[in-house]
Amino acid sequence: MPKVKVPRKSTTVDMTAMCDVAFLLLTFFMLTSNFVAKEPIVVAVPSSISEIKIPERDIVTVLIDKEGKVFFGLDAQKDRVEVLDNVGKAYSISFSEKELNEFSKIGMSGVPIEKMKAYLALSSELRDSKEAAIGIPADSLNNQFKVWMKTARQVNRNLRLAIKSDQATPYKVIKDVMGTLQDIDENRYNLITSLEQVSTK
Amino acid sequence: MAEMQVEDKGKKGGKPKTKKQSTRVDLTPMVDLGFLLITFFMLTTSMLKPQTMEISVPSKDKVQEEDQNKVKASQAITVLLGKEDKLYYFFGTEENGIDPELIETDYSSEGIRKMLIQKNYDVMKQVEELKADKANKKVSEADYTKKLAEYRASKTAPIIMIKASDESNYKNLVDILDEMQICNIGRYAIVDITPYDLGLIDKKTNPAN
Repeated sequence: MPKVKVPRKSTTVDMTAMCDVAFLLLTFFMLTSNFVAKEPIVVAVPSSISEIKIPERDIVTVLIDKEGKVFFGLDAQKDRVEVLDNVGKAYSISFSEKELNEFSKIGMSGVPIEKMKAYLALSSELRDSKEAAIGIPADSLNNQFKVWMKTARQVNRNLRLAIKSDQATPYKVIKDVMGTLQDIDENRYNLITSLEQVSTK
Repeated sequence: MAEMQVEDKGKKGGKPKTKKQSTRVDLTPMVDLGFLLITFFMLTTSMLKPQTMEISVPSKDKVQEEDQNKVKASQAITVLLGKEDKLYYFFGTEENGIDPELIETDYSSEGIRKMLIQKNYDVMKQVEELKADKANKKVSEADYTKKLAEYRASKTAPIIMIKASDESNYKNLVDILDEMQICNIGRYAIVDITPYDLGLIDKKTNPAN
């Protein structure tokens, strides 16, 4: 008896359709994405019922952690360079091209200006370490934070100010920061919160 | 894999047929790459933008003594944020000669919110009607915001003075500002706490002294 020949079916599938889908999704994610900015410290923001979204660009973020350390972040890279250059000038420290370039890659920093040079020379892993997150001095004796804010405002007039602070931050620290902002006529700002549902009843 | 072998069957004619090359490309690595990138973008993006709460404070030079004392005693409610999430309030102002009665409450919906809604009842009612109208598409978006601001700025509504003590934390401040939003209070201010207020809290917590 002749053997019945089972026709061999190919196991390959046409990948074109799958490829199309993959790249469609890829395009979507690329266009809608805004990267999570790396922050030197983790803060748990309080929740609120406010549903106003933060603007897309031109924001300067003031990050305040539980212990009252203040960090300063700008979203535009070209602003960062200019701000550091000008802040450096205010304290008569000049930064090299390389250092400025390095700074433009850092989203948020919190280092006293005297230590900025050493900070910029660190590798990026060391920069993210806990020890490097010192915070910008914001007390009345040495208010570098004020200089940073003022310079940022001079560099970019359209900047909007956002304060991101930890739930447990003592009010005293917030008051000091707000007082500083009031000193330099920054009277409108956003407090970053997370969404909470609420019933009025 | 995905390609098809085009077999040369034409042996009849004398013409030597050029072998047809397959135009199919194996797409598997490309799909792999595509999904790899998708995964990367999915993990690194934050789709949710953070919420913000907008506040504006008066600029320093504009705040003058006479402006500060314009608040009518009958409308004023002073809210004091104490330590350990404690919350106190009193009606009227301290200039009455006698100490106002300090009432202790909390941040829950049964606490400060109940009191504020009660005090701000007229505005709450108006705003609720407005919201219903908006839900039924009776008012436009622009009118809604305009009217809302108008109602909230009502002359008869209470004026809240928020005084946070140094022991309170940022969450307390955001919470109380939130309550202002929930209770539709348009006129409120964050004021520095005075030793007098601290004294009131102290008297309340340690009645023995």
